[in-house]
Order: sequence, then structure tokens, then C-alpha cells
Amino acid sequence: MGQSGFVRKTMVPAAAPPMLEGTVIGWLRANLFNSWLNSALSVVFVTAVAYLLWQFIPWAFKSSWTANSLVECRQQIKAGFGEDVSGACWAVIRERYLQLIYGFYPADLYWRPNLTFVLMLIALAPVLFPTVSRKLLLFSCMYPFLGYWLLWGGSIWGVALVVAELALAFYLLSPLTARFGLLITIVGVVLATVLWWLFAVAPLQSLFHGILPLGLRAVPSNQFGGFTLSTIIGVTGIVASLPLGILWALGRRSDMLIVRSISVGFIELIRGVPLITLLFVASTLLNIFLPPGTSFDIILRVVIVVTLFSSGYVAEVIRGGLAALPVGQYEASDALGLDYWKSMRLVVLPQALKISIPGIVSSFIGLFKDTTLVSIIGLLDPLGLSNAIRADSAWNGIVWELYVFIAVMFFAFCFAMSRYSMHLERRLETGH
Amino acid sequence: MKIRALVASLLLLFWASLSLNAQTLDDTRASGVLKCGINTGLVGFAYPDEAGNWKGFDVDYCRAVAAAVLGDPDAVEYTPLTGKQRFTALAAGQVDVLSRNTTWTFSRDTDLKQTFAGINYYDGQGFMVHASSGVMSAYELSGAAVCIQTGTTTELNLADFFRANDMDYDPVPIETNAEAKQQFFAEACDVYTSDRSGLAATRASHEDPDSLMVLPEIISKEPLGPLVRHGDDQWADIARWVLNALITAEEKGLTMDNVMSMGDSNDPEVRRLLGTEGELASFIGLDSSWAANAIAAVGNYGEIFERHIGVNTAIGLERGHNALWTDGGLIYSPPFR
Amino acid sequence: MLLNDSRYRSTTIQVVVVIGLMLFFAWLINNTLNNLASLGKGVSLSFLNAPASYDINQRLIEYTSRSTHLRASVVGLLNTLLVAALGCALATVMGVIIGILRLSTNWVVSRLMAVYVEVFRNVPILLWIVFFMAVLIETLPKPAAFRGENPEASLFLWDSVAITNRGWYVPEPLFSRGLGDLDVGGLFYLSMDLFALVAVFVAGLMASARLVRRAQRIQETTGVRPVTWYWRVLLIAGPTLALLFILGFHLRLPELKGFNFTNGIYMRNSLVALWLALSCYTAAFIAEIVRAGIQAVSKGQTEASYSLGLRPRLTMNLIILPQALRVIIPPLISQYLNLTKNSSLAIAIGYMDITGTLGGITLNQTGRELECILLLMIVYLCISLSVSSVMNWYNSKVKLKEK
Repeated sequence: MGQSGFVRKTMVPAAAPPMLEGTVIGWLRANLFNSWLNSALSVVFVTAVAYLLWQFIPWAFKSSWTANSLVECRQQIKAGFGEDVSGACWAVIRERYLQLIYGFYPADLYWRPNLTFVLMLIALAPVLFPTVSRKLLLFSCMYPFLGYWLLWGGSIWGVALVVAELALAFYLLSPLTARFGLLITIVGVVLATVLWWLFAVAPLQSLFHGILPLGLRAVPSNQFGGFTLSTIIGVTGIVASLPLGILWALGRRSDMLIVRSISVGFIELIRGVPLITLLFVASTLLNIFLPPGTSFDIILRVVIVVTLFSSGYVAEVIRGGLAALPVGQYEASDALGLDYWKSMRLVVLPQALKISIPGIVSSFIGLFKDTTLVSIIGLLDPLGLSNAIRADSAWNGIVWELYVFIAVMFFAFCFAMSRYSMHLERRLETGH
Repeated sequence: MKIRALVASLLLLFWASLSLNAQTLDDTRASGVLKCGINTGLVGFAYPDEAGNWKGFDVDYCRAVAAAVLGDPDAVEYTPLTGKQRFTALAAGQVDVLSRNTTWTFSRDTDLKQTFAGINYYDGQGFMVHASSGVMSAYELSGAAVCIQTGTTTELNLADFFRANDMDYDPVPIETNAEAKQQFFAEACDVYTSDRSGLAATRASHEDPDSLMVLPEIISKEPLGPLVRHGDDQWADIARWVLNALITAEEKGLTMDNVMSMGDSNDPEVRRLLGTEGELASFIGLDSSWAANAIAAVGNYGEIFERHIGVNTAIGLERGHNALWTDGGLIYSPPFR
Repeated sequence: MLLNDSRYRSTTIQVVVVIGLMLFFAWLINNTLNNLASLGKGVSLSFLNAPASYDINQRLIEYTSRSTHLRASVVGLLNTLLVAALGCALATVMGVIIGILRLSTNWVVSRLMAVYVEVFRNVPILLWIVFFMAVLIETLPKPAAFRGENPEASLFLWDSVAITNRGWYVPEPLFSRGLGDLDVGGLFYLSMDLFALVAVFVAGLMASARLVRRAQRIQETTGVRPVTWYWRVLLIAGPTLALLFILGFHLRLPELKGFNFTNGIYMRNSLVALWLALSCYTAAFIAEIVRAGIQAVSKGQTEASYSLGLRPRLTMNLIILPQALRVIIPPLISQYLNLTKNSSLAIAIGYMDITGTLGGITLNQTGRELECILLLMIVYLCISLSVSSVMNWYNSKVKLKEK
């Protein structure tokens, strides 16, 4: 033992680096051709992509942007690129892109949806970026009313009266609770709100409007369409479903049997049926369920149904957030003597919601994509509009160009959102 | 929760009772817009133009009614409806007039509780094939793949026709005319069946119309017309007589351009129609210039036809059955008396 | 007050909730009845027994236009289940392959797979469905192109598969000495040949499993594992092949006759487009699930397994897969559910699933919106609940048993 046959006494000269290290070929060999299988895969995939591009690029670029009808498009392409070339007719996009984005919104009022969109980003900032001042949250709370008024227009007094009542109720909530107890206060406030909306808002609005006519030109719902409509339905659906989703999630984790069963029943019902059946309910059955003669706007009906739909999914996301929270947090807040709502509001929900944000963003992406389904019930979202545009005899027969445009728009929006969601996930991960 | 539900239900019931008994005419006047249901997109009959204005044969009827009732042809709120939604939308009051190429049938009139205002287009279901297939008659179609729009009476007619003649076929159901066209042009189906107006429109939009052939057989009657809800007879009268006014206008040579100067015509019926003689207008609760407004807004029946679907348009339909009765067609209005 | 006494608080709240809920439902039902009465309709399911009067192109059970609406709904339901089953199978295969390739060291492959996932995930499924349909219609040859002396298109795989813009025709298995069909309660026919084949095949599998167990026992006692694979192949394939021969198995090839190809199994465009679109879309999600599942198993597990002397294949089978599957299966099943629900978009391309029959043509022709849509929701709910109960069962089975 202990005897080794050979011990090197001198240093071995350093070997030259592999010849191809750092060159393109070296990279290719290391990454693409490091085994037979990988080489084969690389060749197959590169060929497939090249073939697809070979088909697509001539079509996309041997195109016409200036024609006024499909027939003219075909003539222009034949004249410009040869007899048997069939290229894209992007002229339809040039003529209709505003319609695909804004629907039938009056052209001189495009600034209103634009402004609403920009304000939405500002309102979302305090929720999504932790560095933004918390004071902006007040603006976020005001935003739904402001957005509604900007989009639909009409007198400002109606919106102002609703906001004033809600602010008053919020301000009076804690003194009234101290005086009368929680249940009576809540019932009273809700009752007052409903009565106010139904009976006071309309006459007061016309009164104030008579004194000081402040307002924007009203735009009726049937003028809404295109990506504006998709965004309205998607954003309203997800925002309105958040409070509902929180309630369902808390209900599902409640230890009260009946509350829990109702929550579970609702969530499973919503998640168990396809959105399209719920949209059928919105478009044909809601009239039957409501008192005779009530008939309201189809967009509002769709928004209500979409909100209920997405609240089922948001509830599950939030339930995941609640479950991910260490039990110690619940126990600690109990130990501090907080009651249920206080412990939820001050300790549990802020943390659970923070964990749930990526999940909520992905359900938003899902919901935004699902808004295309409203075309099946006759609303003119981008896909519905593409059918309506094809009904114009000038563009009758156009297929790919519209699909490509709509797909690219959706992709850009959803991809950006999903990247942001991944970024959030990473940020939240390092937080632990 | 309990009190809230109770209060909400009481309030909604109260609100509902307010709105239930009002008449459609008064409602329309009060709101200042006519709520009109149209197709979500059908070449020549209803489509949005570049600026987002709805155009077409069916749309012009809505405009005529709005002009007659409100004096403004643009005071229309269009609701695009799918085949599935149209009747519920009308029954629920979401729209007050449905002008969406709807076939007048017994069950729709009675079971679904609608009132048809008349017939503005006499159509029939036909077949179109590629000329290269060599088919000359619908009775040679055994085994063919047939493109068909769902949610319409054509589907039932088709099943009946093939069953009655003991032939097989392969139905290819499709939601919209645009998709049907795409499939038929690519020969994903051998036959396209639809109303013959739709077939002609589709054929006209092909690069080479002569390569398509409409077969001679007509397998159904499809009288298309506007409709309203059961139960408001005054409103139904308005819908009916606006249509009749447009037809009579063509018969009497009133056009969009000359109608305003024809009030002093020597023809008493024209004078009654235009409200310069008698008080027909007060019988249906409209202004005396209702018919003149409607005609000035959209022109007479013939003008509407020629503007949207006639021989000089891309669709190129002959008048055929839809010529005036004086020209051997079926378009006929009861007298204004 | 009851609300402030912690003994009764929860009961009080629940009672209030129940009363509120009952009032709410009473209000809904009352409205519904009033509305239906004013429309002159009642709630009745009798329309389901009336003749449907329309034809359905794809029917897995006997159906004519004289059959009832109920039967049309069942045909639609079977079509839904068919496309869902096909879609889940293809989506799983594609998803697993793509998920694994995304982890590939090959730069081109992993990038391309990432692009695939992002492109399919971020564009609405409805757009994909109409897009696939348009691709199939516009790019594939029409049946007429197969005709004539010098046809522009030809059949694939020794004249056995025809791919046209109407659909795909594949050879149809037939039995010249078949056992006939078994009439199951007048509802549908069960092919006895298929039944016999499945039975024999399953019996072969079971026999083979016994053989494996026997080999295991011998290995445990003697340390030498007998070579059994040829026996197993013979046990599984032999009886099945023999039965096929006895029944006179042969294929009927599609042939062009009249307007269309006839004979063979006809997969319509609408089915193919829906199938491919649903599969490609769902595969993008499954790929992410698979990738996350594999990455969730820590590298230490692999290293520990290697240090125990297990070979890579055994490491994969015994260490990584069982752990990864626990992470993969629950979201995978919820993707299956999503796919099934998304199949309701078939209505956009005219595939006659249950949304197209019960929720589409039947609804249109009978004007029974309430009954049709509620039935439709109940059917989907049943499918979803049965799948999710399977999922819960599996979850509880594979849950980490923490002590």
C-alpha cells in the first residue's frame, strides 16, 4: 500500500483551446449538431421554418395597400407582380383598421377611448408596480366611474352623484357601525345606495344638468366594437370579478357549511360549463329571468355574465394564494385578537392577493382571449367585425388578411401581458 | 342579503310595471331612436361601410320607418342579430322592428308570437353548382356535399327535399354566408343551397361567374319581410303601411327626388299618401308627412332595390317576382284610401 | 343580539344566507314563469320527442332527419366526446414532445418550441379554429382534382388515404365473416367484432402480465431473469391476429365515386380542423406543464439515484417520472377539461357537437331557449364534474403522505 507506480514531476504544457471555440461553427457544433439526433432535429426544424417563410413572405410582400376593393387588389397585384402571383390584399386593413380597433365609435371622438386606455394604465400602476406612490390608489378607485363616463359620455352629473353617494357612504361607514352595529349599517347603506340610484340620480341629474350642462356627447352601446369592445369586456370583467372572487374564495374556505357549499357549488358550476353557454344565457335567457319588460343593453348583459364567469376562476386563483400562506400568519392574527374581517383585511388578504397577482394576470389573458366568443352571439368584436366587413361587397371573399391582423394584435397584447406576469413571478419569488 | 333581495325585487317589479304597458310608438318617440334588428352581415341586405354606417336593403326599411315615425332616417339604433337571437330580441323588446330577411311561416307567426308586416322580397330556395360538375338538375344531386347555413328554414327544406326524393347527401353546416362562399368556391362542397337572391349575390362575387350555375329547381317559398311583436296593433300597422307606402310610391312614380314636389299631384291617391288630402296619417298616429319623409329618405321600393341588390350592383339581381304587379311581379300594395 | 353572540353567530348568518338564496331563486323562477306565460310558452321537455327534421353529417349512431331531437342531442354529445377524446390524446402527445424539446440543449429546437408555445398560447382559440378550417379548405386539393387521366392530386400511402379539402378518407376495417351487431336497448349498435377483438387483446395483455410476474418471482429466488419478451409478444399479438384472420379482416379503401370519395372512414374537415386547432392550442399549455413538472424535480434526486447505481432509464422511470407526474397530472387534467369546454366552439365551423345540435339547430327550430340552454349546461357540467372527480381521486392517491 502507499506505493504508487508513477508520479508526475513536471507540469504538462497547456493544451491549445479547441479550434472552433468561440467561432460560429463551434457554437453551431456545440448547440445544434452535438449528436445524431440533435443534428437531424436541427435540419428538420430549420427546413420546416424556411419552407413556411418561403410560402408566407412572397404572399405578404407582393401585396396591395392602396386598392379600394378586393377586385382592384387582384388587378393591382397582377399588374405589379405578374399574372399568376397571388399576394395579400392589405388594403382592407388600411381601410378598416380604425373600425377594427374602435368599432363604430364616432371618428372625432377617438380621443376618448384612447384617453380611457391611458388612464387605465395609470390607474393600474399602483397595483402592479410597488414603487408608485400609494396615493394614486384613490385615482384607481375613481377610475371605473371616470372610464365609464369617458366611454359612454352623457352628463357628468349622473356619475358625479353616484360617486358622491358612495364616498359619503364610505366616509360614514365607521361612525355608523360604531353607533348601530355592522349588519344594520351595511343593510342601511346598501338600501340607501339602491334607492339613491333608482330614484334620486335621474331627477337630480336633469336638475343639475339644467343648471350647469356639463357633459360629453353620449355614445350608445351599439357603436362599440372592435378591440375597444374586447378590452372593455375583458378589463371590466376581471376588475369587477376581483371582489366577487375574493368573496367566493373566502366562502369556499369558510367553516360554515352552508356558505361553503354555496361557494363550492357556484365555483364548480361556473368552471364546469363553457363560456359560450353562459353567453347564450346572456343573449337569450337573461330577459326571461328578469322581471317582465326589463331589457337592458347587450354589452352590459355580456359584462355581467363575463364577470360571473371570471369570478369563478379568480376565486380559485385567490384560494390558491390563501392556501399558500403559512398557517402561522392566520394563527398570529388570531393571537393578536383580530376578528375575522380585520384579520382578513389587514393580515391575510394583502399577502394572499400579492401571491395571486400572476395567476390573476393569466386569468385576465385567458378572459381577454375569450372575449372573441362574443362574436358568436352577434357582438361586433374584431372577429365579428371581420365577418361584417366581408359582407361589404367590395371586400367579399377576403380571409387571411383580416385573420392575420387580428391574430397579430391579440398576440402583441397577450404576449406583453404574459411577459409581465413572468416578471412579476420572478420578483415575488425573490421576496421570500 | 334577505332584505336586499327583497328590496331589489320590489324595486325591479315597480320599475317593470312602469315600462310594461307603454306603447311602442310612444316609447320610440320618447327615446327619439328606432330600435331595429338587422343581420350581422349579409351582402346587399345589411353591412357596415367604412365609416361604420349600416347599409343595405333591409337597413333601408329601418331608415324608412324611422323617417316616418321620427322624421329622421338616421335616428335608428341598429342591433345586429344572429339567426338564433332574432326572435327573442324582438320578444324581449331589445328591438322594436326586425328587418332581417326573415321567412314568414305559420309557426313563426303564431307559435313565436310575431306579426309580419308584409313581404318585401319574394324568395325561394335554390341550388348552385360548379358548371364543371355537369349537373343540370337538382334531381341529379344524390351523394353531393351540400353547403347550408344553419339556423334557417333552408336546413329543414333541404332535409325534406332529399328525403322526399330518396337521395343521399352530406350536409356541410355553416354559420355565415361568407364562410359558405369560401367553402363552395374552394369546392369543399359540390352544392350551395340558399335563397336564390343569396345564390345570385354569391355567384356575382365570383371571379368568373359563368363557372357557377344556379339550378332551375326552386324547392321552397321564402317570403321575406319585416316583423314586429304580437300585441301592439298600432305599431304593426305602422310597420305594414310604411312598407306599403314604399311600394305604392313606386307604382305612382314617386321617387326620392320628386316626392316633395308631388304633394299637389292630380292623383288623389298620391295626395292621400303624401298627406295633402284626407287625414290617413292621424289613423295610425303619425304626422301627415310620414310617407313623404320615408320616401324622401330612402326612395321608393324600386329605388331601394336597385340601389342595393339590383342589376347594376355587384349583386345583380333581376326584379323577377319582385317586380310590381303591374309589371307581372308579386309586389302589390293595398290601396291608400 | 344573535349576531353578537359567538355561539349563535354562525348559525344566524347561515340561516340568513339560506333565506336570501331561496328568495333569490323564488324571484328568478317567478319571473321566468311570468315571462314564459306572457310569451305563451310553458316549460316542457316534450319537444325532445318531436322529429328533428334536420340532418347531421357526422353521426356515430343511427340517425335520420326523422329521428327525435333527443337523439340528435345524443349524436351531438357523442361528437363532442369524440373530438374531446381525439384532442386530448393528440394534445398530450404533442405537449409532452414539445415540453421535452423545450428543455433540449439544441438551440434551434428549444427556441422554436418556445416560439410555438408563445404563438399558440397568446392567440384566441376561436381564431385558431377558424384559421385551421380556412387552411384546410383553401390549401388541400378538391375531390375533382383526383379525377381524370392526369390527376393533379393523388392518394397517399399506396392509394389508401385521400386527403381532400372536404376531409380525410382513411381505409375502413371490415370483417367478411363478422359476428354482427348487438342491439343495445334500441339506442345504438355495438359491433360484436370490435367487442371480441378488445376482449382477446385484453386477455393477451393480462396473460403477458402474469408472465412478467412469474419472471419477477424467478429472478427474486434465483437471481436469473428468464428471457420472456418473445413469449409476451406472441401472447398479445398471436390470438388477436388469429381472431382477425378468422373474422376475415380486410380494409376497404376510399374510392372516388360520383361527387365524393366513398367507402373508407371519412373524417370531415370540420372535425379535422377542430381536432388540430384544439390539440395545437392545448399542446402549448401542456408543454409548459410538462416542462415545469420536469424542472420541479430537483437535480439532487437524479444525482442521488445515480449514486445508488441506478441506470438513467431506471432513474427516469423510478425516480423522476413518479415525482414529476404528481406535479403534471392535476393541471394536465384541467387542460383536458378546458379542451372539452373549448370544443363547444365547434359551432363556428359547423362541426355538429352538442352545442351545434341541442344548443344550435334544435334551439333555433323549436324556439325552446330555456330548456335547450339549461340542458346544454347540465350536460357540460356532468362531463366536467365526472372528470374532476377522477382528478380528485387521483390527487388523493398520489398526495405526499406526510406523517
